[in-house]
Amino acid sequence: MSLRQTPLYDMHLKYNGKMIDFGGWELPVQFEGMGIIKEHNMVRESAGLFDVSHMGEVFITGEKAEDFVQGLVTNDIRGMKDFQILYSPICYPDGGVVDDLLIYKYSNQKYLLVINAGNADKDFSWIQQNLIDGVTAVNVSAEYAQLALQGPRAQEILQKICDVDLDSIKFFWFNPAVKVAGMECIVSRTGYTGEDGFEVYVKADDAAFLWEEILQAGGDLVSPIGLGARDTLRFEAKLPLYGQEIDHDITPLEAGLGFFVKLNKDDDFIGKSALLKQKETGLSRKLVEFEMLDKGIPRSHYEIQKDGKVIGHVTTGMHSPTFKKPIGLALISIEYSEPGTEIDIIIRDKPIKARVGTGLFYKKQTKAK
Amino acid sequence: MNIPGNLLYTDEHEWISVDGDTGRIGITDYAQHHLGDIVFVELPEVGDSFAMRDAVGVIESVKAVVSLYTPASGTILEVNEELEDSPELLNEAPYDSWIAVIELGDKNDLQKLMTAEAYAAFCQTLED
Repeated sequence: MSLRQTPLYDMHLKYNGKMIDFGGWELPVQFEGMGIIKEHNMVRESAGLFDVSHMGEVFITGEKAEDFVQGLVTNDIRGMKDFQILYSPICYPDGGVVDDLLIYKYSNQKYLLVINAGNADKDFSWIQQNLIDGVTAVNVSAEYAQLALQGPRAQEILQKICDVDLDSIKFFWFNPAVKVAGMECIVSRTGYTGEDGFEVYVKADDAAFLWEEILQAGGDLVSPIGLGARDTLRFEAKLPLYGQEIDHDITPLEAGLGFFVKLNKDDDFIGKSALLKQKETGLSRKLVEFEMLDKGIPRSHYEIQKDGKVIGHVTTGMHSPTFKKPIGLALISIEYSEPGTEIDIIIRDKPIKARVGTGLFYKKQTKAK
Repeated sequence: MNIPGNLLYTDEHEWISVDGDTGRIGITDYAQHHLGDIVFVELPEVGDSFAMRDAVGVIESVKAVVSLYTPASGTILEVNEELEDSPELLNEAPYDSWIAVIELGDKNDLQKLMTAEAYAAFCQTLED
């Protein structure tokens, strides 16, 4: 099967992206002359532009749209204002995670769900399977490109070419009608890096033009950023990745996302009874931060042992470009989850000492207030 | 792509610089470029003996984990411990940043390696 290309494919070639297969999409892992660490630092210190057009977009409309979304997601959307955004997992009846998504509220009869690329088809069929009367779901993923401009200088760059005062778009809010470089866009103050920044949705045909306009507006303050740095940035900010921190056999409670699971909301939602039960019985495993005591780099899915007994696995681990040392996230048995507990990461069949900790990750610079 | 003429090369992108009965080994410019930012090097132990193409160490970049294979058989005489604290030297100067010195077990091994010219042609085929 041939790889799918985003509307920005030609731009990636133009900027010498090193193209890889990312879940069936041909996307740049890094750019020539930069590399993951330089790109990472660029976003932390200045600004970076990402092509995230592979993300899926689904509009939910109809009289019962609010009821439908409320029953689909674990978070509580009833209190959302128009043009506000909410993060939420969606679960299977057994509490395992289908995906995590962003909910953009236009009105109580219209929501935009932004879903993960690798899960887009699965999510859309899940949505259709659970659809109720009076609600329509439309997959508009192919019509939209999505660009993310992230970093402390993102706002000043984007402001140069847009017709709306960006101060008016607060963290986790959006404006559905912003002209950026003259193009009609949806602009939200959201991202996946732990930095302040924006995500810009634009018609696929306008994407390449917009990409160039943003890079030109940013000049030396901005660079194109590949998927490699997207992963290191989201990881340092402890933002979960589907297939690693969350998955069909990991519940949001185990993944430390309990804040986004509103078990006390009046409405029923898919997975509620299983999650309630898990909460009552208590977790048997949970996601923890850890640091290495001996030399070695933890990687996703490496086994973790304590006194020779398997107690869990690494969900994501890597050399952190910001802290210049390896850190990791692990899903481990609850009895070993206390900070300070020493554990062994199995690296190439050898136990390498590590320690469960807290506060090891990047403090988000997003403008939450 | 920098490929010095005085070295011999493997199809796993290692180089060896031969001096009498010993050889200094490292990874090529092509290897470091494709690995990306190198963040960890696991060196062999001095005194350990290996057959040609045995894995003698591990190199990790931000994204990838790869084995280092010795271009020739022999016994490790010396390792470049500087790389443990500064693995990025492999990106910055791949031909100055040798990884280990090996006492050659069988000089015939060298016949099986590529010259700079052959290696350049080999890299070209990978790019096509």
